[in-house]
Amino acid sequence: MAVIEKIPAAKLIHKIPGGGFFLTTTESLLKWGKASSLWPMTFGLACCAFEMIAAGASRFDIDRFGAGVFRASPRQCDVMIVAGTICVKMNDCIRRLYAQMPEPKYVIAMGNCAISGGIFYYDTYSVTKGTDSLGIPVDVFIPGCPPRPENLLVGLMKLQEKIRNEKNADR
Amino acid sequence: MNMGPQHPSTHGVLSLELRLDGEIVKECTPHIGYLHRSIEKIAENRTYTQFIPYTDRLDYVASMNNNLGYVMAVEKMLNLEVSQRAQYIRVIVAELNRIASHLIAVGTFAQDLGAFATPLFYCFREREKVIDIFDQICGNRLTYNYMRIGGVQFDFPEGISEKIKDFVKYMRPKVDDYDQLLTHNAIFLARSKNIGVLPKELAISYSVTGPNLRASGVKWDLRKDEPYLVYDKFEFDIPVGENGDSWDRYKMRIEEIRQSLRIVEQAIDALPQGEPTVKVGRILKPSSSGTYFRTENPRGELGFYIVGDGSAYPYRLKIRAPSFSNLAVIPELVKGSKIADLVCVFGSFDVLMGEIDR
Amino acid sequence: MRTDEILAIIKAEFPDAKEETGSDGIVIPKERLLEIARYLKSPPLAFDNLHCITAVDRKEKIELVYILYSIGERHGITLKIYLTLEDLNVASLSELWKSANYLEREVYDLFGVVFLNHPDLRRILNPYDWKGYPLRKDYSHPQLVVKPRL
Repeated sequence: MAVIEKIPAAKLIHKIPGGGFFLTTTESLLKWGKASSLWPMTFGLACCAFEMIAAGASRFDIDRFGAGVFRASPRQCDVMIVAGTICVKMNDCIRRLYAQMPEPKYVIAMGNCAISGGIFYYDTYSVTKGTDSLGIPVDVFIPGCPPRPENLLVGLMKLQEKIRNEKNADR
Repeated sequence: MNMGPQHPSTHGVLSLELRLDGEIVKECTPHIGYLHRSIEKIAENRTYTQFIPYTDRLDYVASMNNNLGYVMAVEKMLNLEVSQRAQYIRVIVAELNRIASHLIAVGTFAQDLGAFATPLFYCFREREKVIDIFDQICGNRLTYNYMRIGGVQFDFPEGISEKIKDFVKYMRPKVDDYDQLLTHNAIFLARSKNIGVLPKELAISYSVTGPNLRASGVKWDLRKDEPYLVYDKFEFDIPVGENGDSWDRYKMRIEEIRQSLRIVEQAIDALPQGEPTVKVGRILKPSSSGTYFRTENPRGELGFYIVGDGSAYPYRLKIRAPSFSNLAVIPELVKGSKIADLVCVFGSFDVLMGEIDR
Repeated sequence: MRTDEILAIIKAEFPDAKEETGSDGIVIPKERLLEIARYLKSPPLAFDNLHCITAVDRKEKIELVYILYSIGERHGITLKIYLTLEDLNVASLSELWKSANYLEREVYDLFGVVFLNHPDLRRILNPYDWKGYPLRKDYSHPQLVVKPRL
């Protein structure tokens, strides 16, 4: 059973000596399942979208972390990766997409534009200054313009860590 | 019916309002502006050098070509001649980026036609090789900010010439692979041949440029017809299509990858020694009542119209984006076709919202 | 054809078109735009490609810029029209060149120039209910934070 100790959730599993089964709480099992199969939404807004696709392609392979099933419909998604500049014309659309996602749902703000407006903060009349300002709670911020795919993977792992450590009452 | 702004096959945040009769498209009205970041307004409050990073974010798949178009427009205002080495370096990086951009166009087009993931992953695999080269040259993967007014930011690092040569050797057989996988694939042909035929006169009237224009049989390429940089020193052909359907537009891109490889190979062999940058002041104050300069981008002709009033900031900067004009023709082409063909036509035009909305 | 040759031809045909110093542009009165455009499109000049339309806010007037090219003849020209702020109406070229449709909508959206007889004159980049014309120099918006200059 040495294999079991190597998997990330090993801490949550109690092995019964000599037995062929093990015990865990439903809560940690659910969290483990939730964290290991996050389905993101294909929601590329601007430049960062290409780094998101690159993270999904063969070299970086986001599938290794269970988040490679990009869905087109918000109703099938667990995580919304806001990848790109949010413009005023897009505001309502983003709010609606977020509302359409089923609970539990998470948001990753990828890139400086999604965090605060980034280089489009000054002198522009049509850029929303960050995902937060739309009233959408963001779980993980990934800075960079655009962030490298490795950064997206780190951000994803941070989100998984967060999910594993959250209290059930939260969601 | 509404299609977009969040839709997997509209390549970004484009919204289409469709009037349908069953599966047949009666009318298609694009609604754009979902990525309108008002870059032209920002330009009026940035110095000429500060504006270079914003050009990266117009057509974010071909940032080098955007950088090039902008710095050359400013150099035209200043009557500045850059060194031979800088010109060669510019040609090499611009052509490499053209390859990367066309790879995305080919991959996403195949995905739109239903060849799910495989061609896209192949294309991204090759694109990563180009990106590795750029990463080594300027330290970024997507938004390079590499060109400077008067040259380029850094000289080529050691060993990069061999790496580029290796890439050219690696890439040639891969393009043949695409030919085998896609170009003459029966399903691919059935989906794209004679779909969205764009006649020559219509293309010119709509000011369609780039590979989309050449697919309709017009032999027009700024690299040959109005040569800038050192393009007149290289041998390369301009591929021209026959009937201007979606397949022809796809084929243009595959052929252009081949031609770009030829240019890169010749340029790297002839790369002269010397300084890569001409020293210009940090604050430039050009003056002009209107300077227009256009370059051949992967998606068409990118033009910058700059008005300078003698201060450090442009008085007005207009970006003539190729995708903007290319998009305008699509509603006319899809009238009367099926929804699935609409996706095919959109994919073949390879429009990019970043430069349409600016 | 070289630019000065084209300018000479146009000036011979239309005496009220003026050459602008310091650029390869030609300034025409706005009433004659459609007439001149028709002439430019037909041979011998054969400008078949309306490449770009843009505008510049010169504070007391708005300058409209048309950039035309000919793919067959391989030459180009820049037309300019000055509009006063009181009268921002000008004829649409969308019946001659189809590319004018989107380009004119963009100028209308950003500068408020009204193109007469345009098939579909709506805003294009900004939302349809947007107020004001953003690229005018006197435009202000609550979201617009000005970056301190150097």
